[in-house]
Amino acid sequence: MAVILLDPTDERAPAERAPLPRPVSLDGVRVGLLDISKPRGEVFLDRLQELLAERGLTVRRYAKPTYTKPMPPDLRREIAAECDVVIEALAD
Amino acid sequence: MRPATDLPRDGLVAVVKQDCPTCRLVEPVLAQLDGVSVYSQDDPAFPASVAGVRDDTALDVSVALDIRTVPTLLRFADGGEVGRTEGWLRGAWEELSGVAGLGEGLPDHRPGCGSRTADPEVADELLVRTRGETLRSRRIELALEDEIEAAYERGWSDGLPVVPPTPARVLRMLDGTSHAPAEVVAVVPPNLAEATVEKVAVNAVLAGCRPEHLPVVLAAVEAACTTEFNAHGLLATTYAVGPAIVVNGPVAREIGMNAGGNALGQGNRANSTIGRALQLLIRNVGGGRPGEVDRAALGHPGKVGFCFAEDEAGSPWEPLSVARGLAPGTSAVTVFAAEGPRHIADQVSRTPGSLVRSLAAGLRGVYHPKVPTGFDATLVVCPEHARVFADAGWDRTRFEAELAEALLLDPDELERGAGGIEEGIPAGGETGRVPKFRPGGLLVVHAGGGAGKFSTVIGGWAGGPRGSQPVTREVDRWR
Repeated sequence: MAVILLDPTDERAPAERAPLPRPVSLDGVRVGLLDISKPRGEVFLDRLQELLAERGLTVRRYAKPTYTKPMPPDLRREIAAECDVVIEALAD
Repeated sequence: MRPATDLPRDGLVAVVKQDCPTCRLVEPVLAQLDGVSVYSQDDPAFPASVAGVRDDTALDVSVALDIRTVPTLLRFADGGEVGRTEGWLRGAWEELSGVAGLGEGLPDHRPGCGSRTADPEVADELLVRTRGETLRSRRIELALEDEIEAAYERGWSDGLPVVPPTPARVLRMLDGTSHAPAEVVAVVPPNLAEATVEKVAVNAVLAGCRPEHLPVVLAAVEAACTTEFNAHGLLATTYAVGPAIVVNGPVAREIGMNAGGNALGQGNRANSTIGRALQLLIRNVGGGRPGEVDRAALGHPGKVGFCFAEDEAGSPWEPLSVARGLAPGTSAVTVFAAEGPRHIADQVSRTPGSLVRSLAAGLRGVYHPKVPTGFDATLVVCPEHARVFADAGWDRTRFEAELAEALLLDPDELERGAGGIEEGIPAGGETGRVPKFRPGGLLVVHAGGGAGKFSTVIGGWAGGPRGSQPVTREVDRWR
């Protein structure tokens, strides 16, 4: 006789989300820099901002309140509304 | 409720099995009773001397009548049961049947046998047949697979074998709580999936729990899935931490938890399986798996499950749950972020002032000896150490205050470069002495065996609202 087991998982296959295509150029693209708030993340992002500025790009800066927790949904929505691409970084 | 069977509306009903000597003994009595409806659990040809024996080998009537013993004689009137007697008792049978002089030559009484519904090989099937429809989990049918290997292949295991969660085992586990299987207990990180009582029970079966452990598991799940505890952060960190559970109150003794010798070790089913059930739930329902959202650089063996009870009976201090605001005698769990435990030995100190400094020295190493305040810890004080403080009249409040005082660190020793160690706090950042732990960042628990002048440090993780905070929840509401 077949054995029946009950599924211990949440029974939802993980949502398979294909990443967006990489932008071929940053011309006219709104760029966000996200600091996850680990120590020295801003050092890395400051340098990235300089390098992007040399290409004539201005960026918007964002920071998670703490690296220990997921990003607040409001911040995620804000970034999605204000940016076309985002660079998330930590240094440590 | 009248069961959907062919039971008569009025008259006598007897349930028997051929395998039972008492049933065979009363065969002539059944033949004496006009119009009795006899149901046979095992052999429809028995009793041969009674006409029209009804076949109950599928046990539907026996289940509907909740038969525990055979023979059972019942009387029905207007479709309802008005009386029953179990085994052979001449007086009771005569009264129920209204027939005098039954069973001439038989002894006055003879106990019956267990109903076939209680046979282990049919009990599971009956349990599933009668209550299986209350379960909502996806049913996975295994054809030719070994069931334990199947659980591994589907990713349900922490690396150790799991108990296969058959519907019968899950139904028996659910007997450990009065809560409905569909009730949502918590939203489990990292995937923020709802865990029902049933899903907690399925994972408790996997972990090896007994039904009486389930209320403790449910309370631990409730506690671990709070914003304050931040199980997501604890899982996702590269640091070597996982959730640990300390159990307080009468439930610890009721379910046989170990708070004494080897309390933090192996060998006690409740200790070993309750913590494992929480971790398997986070893995299976929450989707938290090593190498995926769990980014630990090393982890530690207690991440399989880490649960123990406080030794309240032998403690000179109020229980942790009481210190955290619950009434004495309340069964509770406290979840906290935990590294692996590490012993501190001091076999010499006989004065509380000396011993508290030893314990402080051991605690200073949490995270890094030169880094204060960020990380929490738990101190498990063993009886031989606790006695030194008890003999000096130090209550929990005094002990914790003296410990905090001994953990005020000189900033000169903490600065980067001090002691030839680059790690530390920025130079000149602190002027006064710096507390090693934030307020509320050090839990104190009493546990352990009677011999050994040791205590144990369980390092924690980033503490407070920006990390993980210990959370206490009552157990009794989950019974």
